[in-house]
Amino acid sequence: MGSTLAEKVWNEHLVRRGSGDEPDLLYIDLHLVHEVTSPQAFEGLRLAGREVRRPDLTLATEDHNVPTEGVELPIADPVSRTQVDTLRKNCAEFGIRLHSMGDTEQGIVHVVGPQLGLTQPGTTVVCGDSHTSTHGAFGALAFGIGTSEVEHVLATQTLPLRPFRTMAVNVEGTLRPGVTSKDVILAVIARIGTGGGQGYVLEYRGSAVESMSMEARMTMCNMSIEAGARAGMIAPDETTFEYLRGRPHAPGGADWDAAVEYWKSLRTDPDAEYDAEVTIDADELTPFVTWGTNPGQGAPLGERVPDPEFVADEEQRAATEKALEYMGLTAGTPLREVAVDTVFLGSCTNGRIEDLRSAAEILRGHRVSPDVRMLVVPGSMRVRQQAEREGLDEVFTAAGAEWRSAGCSMCLGMNPDQLTPGERAASTSNRNFEGRQGKGGRTHLVSPVVAAATAVRGTLSSPEDL
Amino acid sequence: MEPFTTHTGIGVPLRRSNVDTDQIIPAVYLKRVARTGFEDALFAAWRSDENFVLNIEPFNRGSVLVAGPDFGTGSSREHAVWALKDYGFRVIISSRFADIFRGNAGKQGLLAARCEQSDVELLWKLLETEPGTRITVDLNARTVRAKDLTVGFEVDEYTRWRLLEGLDDIGLTMRAEEAIDSFERCRPGFLPRTLPSPAG
Repeated sequence: MGSTLAEKVWNEHLVRRGSGDEPDLLYIDLHLVHEVTSPQAFEGLRLAGREVRRPDLTLATEDHNVPTEGVELPIADPVSRTQVDTLRKNCAEFGIRLHSMGDTEQGIVHVVGPQLGLTQPGTTVVCGDSHTSTHGAFGALAFGIGTSEVEHVLATQTLPLRPFRTMAVNVEGTLRPGVTSKDVILAVIARIGTGGGQGYVLEYRGSAVESMSMEARMTMCNMSIEAGARAGMIAPDETTFEYLRGRPHAPGGADWDAAVEYWKSLRTDPDAEYDAEVTIDADELTPFVTWGTNPGQGAPLGERVPDPEFVADEEQRAATEKALEYMGLTAGTPLREVAVDTVFLGSCTNGRIEDLRSAAEILRGHRVSPDVRMLVVPGSMRVRQQAEREGLDEVFTAAGAEWRSAGCSMCLGMNPDQLTPGERAASTSNRNFEGRQGKGGRTHLVSPVVAAATAVRGTLSSPEDL
Repeated sequence: MEPFTTHTGIGVPLRRSNVDTDQIIPAVYLKRVARTGFEDALFAAWRSDENFVLNIEPFNRGSVLVAGPDFGTGSSREHAVWALKDYGFRVIISSRFADIFRGNAGKQGLLAARCEQSDVELLWKLLETEPGTRITVDLNARTVRAKDLTVGFEVDEYTRWRLLEGLDDIGLTMRAEEAIDSFERCRPGFLPRTLPSPAG
């Protein structure tokens, strides 16, 4: 029997196969580090007198805490400043390359890795951040880890792990105009549930996925964790190779040919078997938004806020009731009538140049509703520069949106960009958990084009409503 | 890590599914650089509600949390485990745990015990009718006992062994250092390196 893509990458990285109950030991090709989940790991190394085994396979950026305005000033919040300073000290002490605020390469770790060409097919990538699944878009096996594991990788460049199961997510057909990979992944999560992917690597495949750009694929893989999965993967193809060609860390010369030859072998064999399989009809999809407090609580924009009374499962009914209460929504309200206060365009899910382009295209010639504030936060400083070269910043500011510097920003509100209690946002980020974007804040997850249309109309909207 | 064999303490019923790590510890508390002292951050948003279970005597002295399915979803933050431990929890019981959370818990000596949802319901009923009921969790026997109720739980064998022995993962991996060395010698040359930085 053949192997799946995930199994191939796994087997290529086996330092030692576990026997009996013992896990496998897996080699890690790239370890990405940021300021939030690393300080206690470095402290652990110091206490044990250990070194970083491979600083040359490690890269750090500042992203979660950084302010997105006044970036040339010291960070005002002393606690955030201490955390960022701690990362700087740790990277200096252990010899790790760091892209700090103000640096051209600074940005969200999951935007920076791919744009530098460090994320490559068939590699293993980890980071103390669950959205590490993003890098799976290149056919890498990429997953989030906890701080103890960060310390483990720093010390040994390996991780003891038990093999993941594999699930094929087939997306067949053609997406309609205005329907994006964000809508696809939200529909997948609504289908399989927030726990449906637990223990699995999801492999996205099918004609709709094959015709997606790298950035659209990253959006899908990014939210694999929201279905409970450890990782998402997409087999590398010409789109992947073209994206990588010429990037700073992509192989060059003869190495390029050797790499591409290897990358082409990274496909699930025809006779391989997945542990599970789901199929989504791309032709049927319409813009998708969330109404509740977990990413599985979503529906097509044309539908209404669900009525808990019609939810058969008791547990689900209780969860729906709690979600509607927190979200301040009445059952039966058309989703298109839900008014928002804030629109956030950014994050490791949708903060790349194509996301900014597609939102700007909708906003061109329109104004953000006077009742709405719109924040545009590029995923990295490179994305910001590129957008400015294309004049997108002017489109955003002319429409009345705020044009910011790079960081995680309002996706999780660790910096000053937060919702206030009761404030409602349409957000291109990945989590609509209670209080995620600020205590008491209410989040509707949307695609960049829905975010832009919503900013103009003031209620959840798709571009066709304009 | 201290070995874990059995633990007895007050059970706390948390009748919620999908308790994500943003609820266990909101992001604003993740800015600290220490590894302890997160007890005030545990369920910070929910604790502002005076009816929240941890604001009710004797549950505020609990050490065994009995929660709904899909506990620990979302962010990878290990702070969620630290906050639960710092508050005094030693065991979390749920019918389903998110993968990263379960891994983090095992590394920190917090037992994530998987019980059938029907058993979780029985425990909830018992804890709510008789607040202060003490639960005994026996890792050797893999049982949860409270009053006359005894139910089994699942935990993977390797985690169980590590918890029982109190073993540190990095130390275990270091025993395989030769295998790591020889793996590294065979890695293809085209693989990327972060150093030296092309930007200089």
